[in-house]
Amino acid sequence: MTLARWLAAIWVSKVLIGFSHWARRGGSSFPGRVARRLCPQVLTRLARQLRWGGIVVSGTNGKTTTSLLLANMLAASGMKVVHNRTGANLTAGVTAAFVQACSWTGRLDADVAVLECDEAALAGVAREVRPLAGVVTNFFRDQLDRYGELEAMVTKVGSGLAEVSHQGFVVLNADDPAVAGLAQQLAARPVFYGLDDPACAGVGAGEVSDARRCRACGGRLQYKVFYFAHLGLYYCPHCGAERPRPGITVTRRESLGPGGSRLEFAAPSGGLGASLALPGLYNAYNALAAVACALTMGVAADTVAWALANSASSFGRMEPVVVGGRTVILALIKNPAGCNEVLRTILEGTGDRYLLIAINDLTADGTDVSWLWDVEFEELADMAHRLPLVVASGRRGEDMAVRLKYAGLSPAAIVVENRLGDAVQLALEQVPEGGTLHVLPTYTAMLELRRILNDRGYGRRFWEV
Amino acid sequence: MDITICHLYPDFMNLYGDRGNIIALQRRASWHGLHPRVVPISVGEEYDLRSCDIIFMGGGQDREQRAIARDFDDRYRVMNEAVQDRVAVLAICGAYQLLGRYYRTAAGEKLNGLGLLDSWTDAGAPRLVGNVVVESRLDGTRRTLVGFENHGGRTYLGPAAAPLGRVLAGHGNNGVDGQEGAVQGTIIGTYLHGALLPKNPWLADYLLGQALIRRGARHQLGALDDTLEVSAHQAAIRRARG
Ligand SMILES: [Zn+2]
Repeated sequence: MTLARWLAAIWVSKVLIGFSHWARRGGSSFPGRVARRLCPQVLTRLARQLRWGGIVVSGTNGKTTTSLLLANMLAASGMKVVHNRTGANLTAGVTAAFVQACSWTGRLDADVAVLECDEAALAGVAREVRPLAGVVTNFFRDQLDRYGELEAMVTKVGSGLAEVSHQGFVVLNADDPAVAGLAQQLAARPVFYGLDDPACAGVGAGEVSDARRCRACGGRLQYKVFYFAHLGLYYCPHCGAERPRPGITVTRRESLGPGGSRLEFAAPSGGLGASLALPGLYNAYNALAAVACALTMGVAADTVAWALANSASSFGRMEPVVVGGRTVILALIKNPAGCNEVLRTILEGTGDRYLLIAINDLTADGTDVSWLWDVEFEELADMAHRLPLVVASGRRGEDMAVRLKYAGLSPAAIVVENRLGDAVQLALEQVPEGGTLHVLPTYTAMLELRRILNDRGYGRRFWEV
Repeated sequence: MDITICHLYPDFMNLYGDRGNIIALQRRASWHGLHPRVVPISVGEEYDLRSCDIIFMGGGQDREQRAIARDFDDRYRVMNEAVQDRVAVLAICGAYQLLGRYYRTAAGEKLNGLGLLDSWTDAGAPRLVGNVVVESRLDGTRRTLVGFENHGGRTYLGPAAAPLGRVLAGHGNNGVDGQEGAVQGTIIGTYLHGALLPKNPWLADYLLGQALIRRGARHQLGALDDTLEVSAHQAAIRRARG
């Protein structure tokens, strides 16, 4: 490796990152790919300069929110943090985040890196970064056409976490049997987090089985309490395995509706309370994962609470934009469990709701749209009197419309408009002055919608969030 | 008139929105003026399959498929009786494989199926994944079926089974012979998942019609307003053909 090659990798990649910002296209992985091409060790060499080390954050849902909250907590404690904040969570995106953070001579002045990693990319990133810590949120059936099967995904994440140093730790969701089961293959110390508030009990997974098999014997797990989907207090009646006792818990969650919730945490080092500006039980889990990691690293409880209370919502998740006297809220949807939670959050309270659901089927969305049939859209039909109009959009808008019809909505209340710009226009025309349009896009539909709103002069550019 | 739909192993075999097929049968039966009832049957539960009109089974992950294989084997007799009694069966993905004669794993191990379909499956790589369009003459008219496939197994048909249709786009049973699915007596097996029935309403109505014929019912299925379904079907064809 010559110095010239090393500098070329850094310089070319930095120029490309600057260009992609200028072109108002965030989240591009191209600069990272170029840097890796010019210097294959670029990520390893930059990560080695971290004074403390790297933290990899993975799981199906909530990794973007969890890593953003964690990065905020660490920054609030005075650390210099590298973070792939635009959700570019493949190896190239992680590389680009490091290149952006280093100097033109390739020197990195940072304490820690919070790296959101796609489940399939985690092992590759971990081999190069040699992380000191890992965080896993949950495993839901997500984009199975990319991974083959859920089992294979769990195995991949497990092999990535095996790279976490034996001096480090891995923060695991005790309430998700597949995540908790990862503890068995670690060199590092497991730190479990979980919910400990019976008032949070929900209806559970219904017919969706996801990860509800015992990891030890394959038997069907029983639940004393479901929090949501397959997360809860489970045990195996066949072999006696059960949910590990978590060291860091949420002991109380008070819902503040779409505005968020008030959370109380318990940890060996003491308790803390904080308000969280993100709604829904699933975001309480994301906050808990970040809190567990920050406390384990020794961040002070009041610093953690301050950072939680002052974290703006992360890119694309329930982010409000004001458009001509009406509020547009974007909430990314990508799999049944996450989408169910988004629907439940939107339907909380009273009054009419205006919905635009945009389904694309490109690789980043998952090319198989059949997951729409595992979402409880029936809950919308129960509230049909509060839904004057639902607009179905995106490349698979027609699939969405059929799903809504079979969920029990009247075809007269469903409009299909494939073009996102026209769909937004059409939906906004129905929303009264001062009202809110809830937009539920898949990943690429969300990027396109943000571009549309940006081009019309609304919203923030997402790398400035 | 009551219509009973048996959903076999809903807790194990429900990958890829299979629930949508049950929803479609239920909804369409009521829109046709019938009274649908869904009976979920899981491992260890006894049930005389002849007492229902339609049996549905979906796909599962390998681990789940192993968990039900034994139970399914025990059901050979009742399953066979139901098929002899002309109960309609729709089996998707993993269930389609299990109804055949055997499944040979990548390691060469041979797992027996029920043998109710004259078909067999060999493990293969890579997985066959993507949108599919099939031309079928199942109900005597030239029709198209749209769906999504995601399977490692390569399935081949013997002389007693006929293909459900001819692949127009996608891979089908094995990616080689251009065939997709199998039909033998009242059994239909297919790799098309992705909530097959809502987007192919003619197939849902075919199954309901088979149930009515078996019961000797005078009730005729009328035409429904399928505007949304047909436009989703057409969109899927355009998508599959790129
Ligand atoms: Zn067990």
